[in-house]
Amino acid sequence: MKTDATHYGGHQDESDEIYEDSKVYMNIGPSHPATHGTLRVMVRLSGETIEKSISEMGYLHRGKEKIGENVTYHKFRPHTDRMNYCSSLANNVAYDMAIERVMGLEVPERTRYIRTICVEISRIIDHLICVGINAVDLGAFSFFLYGFHQREEAYTLIEMLCGARLTTTYTRVGGLGWEPPPEFLPALIKWLDGFEPVVAEMDKLLTDNKIWVDRTKGVGAFTREEALAYSFTGPCARASNVNIDLRRDQPDPLLKYGELDFEVPLGKNGDVYDRYLVRMEELRQSARMLRQLAAKCPDEGPIWVDDKRVVIPPKDRVYNSMEAMIHHFKFFMEGFDVPPGEAYTCIEGPNGELGFYVISKGGPMAWRMRVRAPSFWMYQGLDPMIKGEKIADLVASLGSINVIAGELDR
Amino acid sequence: MANPVLENQIKKIQDRFGASIAKIEYDRAGCPILWAKKDDAIEFLKFLKAAAGLDFIFLADLTAYDELGSEEEALSRFVVVYNLYSPEHGTRARVKVRLRLDEPMPTAVGVWSGANWAEREVFDLFGIRFAGHPDLRRILLDIRWEGHPLRKDYYWRKSQIFTDAEPIPEHLLKDESR
Repeated sequence: MKTDATHYGGHQDESDEIYEDSKVYMNIGPSHPATHGTLRVMVRLSGETIEKSISEMGYLHRGKEKIGENVTYHKFRPHTDRMNYCSSLANNVAYDMAIERVMGLEVPERTRYIRTICVEISRIIDHLICVGINAVDLGAFSFFLYGFHQREEAYTLIEMLCGARLTTTYTRVGGLGWEPPPEFLPALIKWLDGFEPVVAEMDKLLTDNKIWVDRTKGVGAFTREEALAYSFTGPCARASNVNIDLRRDQPDPLLKYGELDFEVPLGKNGDVYDRYLVRMEELRQSARMLRQLAAKCPDEGPIWVDDKRVVIPPKDRVYNSMEAMIHHFKFFMEGFDVPPGEAYTCIEGPNGELGFYVISKGGPMAWRMRVRAPSFWMYQGLDPMIKGEKIADLVASLGSINVIAGELDR
Repeated sequence: MANPVLENQIKKIQDRFGASIAKIEYDRAGCPILWAKKDDAIEFLKFLKAAAGLDFIFLADLTAYDELGSEEEALSRFVVVYNLYSPEHGTRARVKVRLRLDEPMPTAVGVWSGANWAEREVFDLFGIRFAGHPDLRRILLDIRWEGHPLRKDYYWRKSQIFTDAEPIPEHLLKDESR
């Protein structure tokens, strides 16, 4: 042991060089409890402050767009479930609308209502996950459980529609996979009756909670100009006071938003707290829309478009007539032809603008199947968002932009 | 095309940039496709973003596709696509630029900061280089990957396996310039 004077106060030892500029390089993810998926952020820290960060992605890249060019349109649908797996119904709807737009099909009214209900249920699920997990990361566990209970109930509703809870594959080009059961709409209303008080309760738990407000207010702030430059959409854009909502601005005739009465919440500061508030308000607005949709949705009526090319022959005919059997076989083995053409179809997904850009050059497979994933553009904004903030705020910011790795990497 | 706002916008674009637009088409949804020339494509995008009455301030999507094996292959190998949205007027437009193989495309990062990653993705999956891009690295795939999977001559089931982790680009954290 050294006993000279430099040992305690001085800095003569060469091992002390690391204190000269106390920069720490830290790697968070790709497998980390706070990243909720395979995301990776590498940061350079000065003390606890983030000086620079680099986000890496691609750990869940499965080449969905390439698969989309090499399987038939019908076979690509299950892949859309696995993009944003928190709201697979919304992906199904957007995908089938995109193909229908290229083919020029107009689905019946009842299908449009049911699809709009599907998108809104998945928005509620997605927002419950986002605000819940964001709160868990900052230590509010019971808030998360309140939301998760309702989310499980919503999955039970989805199970009534298609038998699956997570990966739904519910819609079809020109229709729906299955007729919704007669008890679906009453069950939806019953669920909403239970859901709305829970949102109020969640609101009471967290919105004025001092710890939550301190941890989120002014954190991860993004101005309106930055949000536009980084192509933010959805709740994150609206929290930054960007007044874009495709449900209101471009109500797609294939969905029923044009008939609904709802408000679009806007934030002011674009910080984590505002994103939370916008999502909470959207939960209430979605519930409001679902009530209107449930009232308007016809109980009976066709769900399939009248077009032999895309309609899947019913099973009782397939097993009893040769022509239907051949039709069935050709449909599933060869697929249906989509005439040459292209279209970019987007809906207001739970995270923002969810677009499918489909180019067909004829034949049963797409020439290009581009997925415009909202997460991709928002994850890009993470680096400027967390610059100069504390390492703990990174967790809050990352949770609030709701990056779903399956959709980010595709 | 029934939308009068869009009609006005198209007229405005033709008045100002008519010479550099090769062709205007409409897609299945009635959205205009403006075929721009590579050399003044960025000027054109800036004009679409800033000109009063157009206000395509929002880059909805930036992507590309490969023409190899199609009827349009003789025209160009790649097409770079910019999907634009004008929130103020509620209209959409699509700008397309044709590129030969190994021909670089000027970057749009100066127009939209968000184009950065989208261009990296196009570079990663198609091998299209973006001239002037601040940080053109692979984004989805491993940096040791060979080839560009979304090209039509890349077999879709060809996988490449790396048994060790992707090296950390530590120099980037130290670099202040980007």
